[in-house]
Amino acid sequence: MVEHIHSDGEEPAVTLDAFLSQSNATAVRLEPDEDARALIPHLDRLALIEVAFPKFRDGRGYSSARILREAGYAGELRAQGDVLVDQIAYMKRCGFDTFAPEKELNAADVEAALARWPEHYQGAADGAVPIWKLRHG
Amino acid sequence: MYKYDEYDHAMVDARVAEFSDQVRRRLAGEITEDQFKPLRLMNGLYLQLHAYMLRVAVPYGTLDSRQMRMLAHIARKYDRDYGHFTTRQNIQYNWIKLEDAPAILQDLASVEMHAIQTSGNCIRNISSDQWAGAAADEITDPRPWAELLRQWSSFHPEFSYLPRKFKIAVIAANEDRAAMRLHDIGIQIVEKDGQHGAAFYVGGGMGRTPMIAPLIKDFVPLDDMLSYAEACLRVYNRYGRRDNIYKARIKILIHELGADEYRRQVEEEFVHVKSLGIDPPKAEFDRIAAQFAPPPLDASAPDAIDRSDPDFAVWVDQNVAEHKVSGHAIVNISLKPIGGIPGDASSAQIDLMADLAEKYSHDELRVTHAQNIVLPHVRKGDLYAVWQALDAAGLATPNLDLISDIIACPGLDYCSLANARSIPVAQKIATRFSDLGRQKELGELKLKISGCINACGHHHAGHIGILGVDRKGTENYQLSLGGSGAEDVSLGTITGPGFDEDGVVDAIERVTDKYLATRTEGERFVDTFRRVGMAPFKEAIYG
Repeated sequence: MVEHIHSDGEEPAVTLDAFLSQSNATAVRLEPDEDARALIPHLDRLALIEVAFPKFRDGRGYSSARILREAGYAGELRAQGDVLVDQIAYMKRCGFDTFAPEKELNAADVEAALARWPEHYQGAADGAVPIWKLRHG
Repeated sequence: MYKYDEYDHAMVDARVAEFSDQVRRRLAGEITEDQFKPLRLMNGLYLQLHAYMLRVAVPYGTLDSRQMRMLAHIARKYDRDYGHFTTRQNIQYNWIKLEDAPAILQDLASVEMHAIQTSGNCIRNISSDQWAGAAADEITDPRPWAELLRQWSSFHPEFSYLPRKFKIAVIAANEDRAAMRLHDIGIQIVEKDGQHGAAFYVGGGMGRTPMIAPLIKDFVPLDDMLSYAEACLRVYNRYGRRDNIYKARIKILIHELGADEYRRQVEEEFVHVKSLGIDPPKAEFDRIAAQFAPPPLDASAPDAIDRSDPDFAVWVDQNVAEHKVSGHAIVNISLKPIGGIPGDASSAQIDLMADLAEKYSHDELRVTHAQNIVLPHVRKGDLYAVWQALDAAGLATPNLDLISDIIACPGLDYCSLANARSIPVAQKIATRFSDLGRQKELGELKLKISGCINACGHHHAGHIGILGVDRKGTENYQLSLGGSGAEDVSLGTITGPGFDEDGVVDAIERVTDKYLATRTEGERFVDTFRRVGMAPFKEAIYG
């Protein structure tokens, strides 16, 4: 679930500009100030979208992730950068499925964080059934 | 009142476990203070000048006696025997030890309370009208709408690292007792074609750039409310400024985009969000609303009040308001004794208010944004007994909405952000105007004091506002006039050069003297100010 380095042989993610202007790339990297919706016409040929978190306090990537999943993106969605154990449960709810933190995370803490929440109040991009739906069937 | 079900309990319990673990990792040095800070803030824990401060949420300001007693217990066991009620209807404790915080959250969870999202760059506690369910002028009880928003905003995965904090208020009356349009989102429940819906005002706030929220949508049906709120927040999360903390609130985004362009973006996002199915069914609203059913009040209870005790009669006239049900009244308990600290209450006082709520107010209390407490449902025949008990505990100051009913932030006595002290100024003003006859002669006069530009003391919205600043190393107080946080919302105007602590009290006296000499029949201070403008007051102050 949690990767600490890019796996060998993986195609490097190109910038959004590079992706849109040329290429046959199948992996793209999205910075916080870039519009995730620019990728929507191209989602079916993407295998990896890496969303950058240069600072954990900058929460724009959470919206980027949800927008991509809500548009039907089914490939790998990776949170990269200042990704901390206390953020990954929310990231997962927003649709991230892999994590590339700059600083290695304690595996036990990660496991505990991801198992912490029994249910969720609101719908998001992880397919979890919100509490109001559990209440009313 | 809303009662937790198994799901609500499980969520709060999970949060206690999570935060206990985070505190453990912090105390063990596994995470840095920089990494810990946003986590403790989302649990209401601030590092202040002298100690940690814990802010406990009182959702929409509503409490029962059991919860109120727990607040007293926490003050007694973990703090210095008192708590401070805040302008967002919360309570904060000023002398907390980090290692006690998990135990406090555990105690709170046992009475369905928490400190979730009382600080941090997330959606904060939802505030509301302290007279909800009791006020004669409301079209419905706003609290079920607020509770829907509370659940939606709790642990929201997309909106927990916003550009800046985010405050929502919900009212359902034309009289605005919650400063609704000075919130990031102010919602007024309105009626259209026999249906209730939410009018969304977005982009208000105080702070260093005060703004009154423009109307973004006049009617959002109940079925769309959470989708609409989600769209409002998503546009903000994506495009709110993150380059400058002082320009990061949503009011700046809307000011820079213009309300029309912001509305266009929200509407576009809403069309998309609405397709996601995130709005709960009407059955969920009904489940919540049933728990806010009006208490069984006997409308045939006698309406007459025995006013033979003159001190009691004075208090009734000032602090008791009409209830929507005949034979009942809304009791406003002032936490503003002359010379006291606005909003502070001792453990014994908190316990006493809990006892009175249990015995006389259908087990309900409210916290107000003016830092007072309300017993919302009291039989008129019980008012004398309630007053006697309050009076014996120093809680019967008859000054609601008068010049000594001051809103003040903690200021430099506690707060690490403050530039100047607020509490001593409030004490001096109240003492100067301590004569009740004089206060009543001045009538409704809302005085609000902030110890720095962040405006926690709502000075922009004061009929008279005071802002403490640091001027070359000494405390200096700027005076402003003509603000209002009510339905006649307006922002105050600075009079001119500032004053020292005693100078500002003198200046206020000159302002009030000028008002008395200038007013026409029935004019409040703020009405006179609006009619004649700043010039006569400026002349009175500076000569």
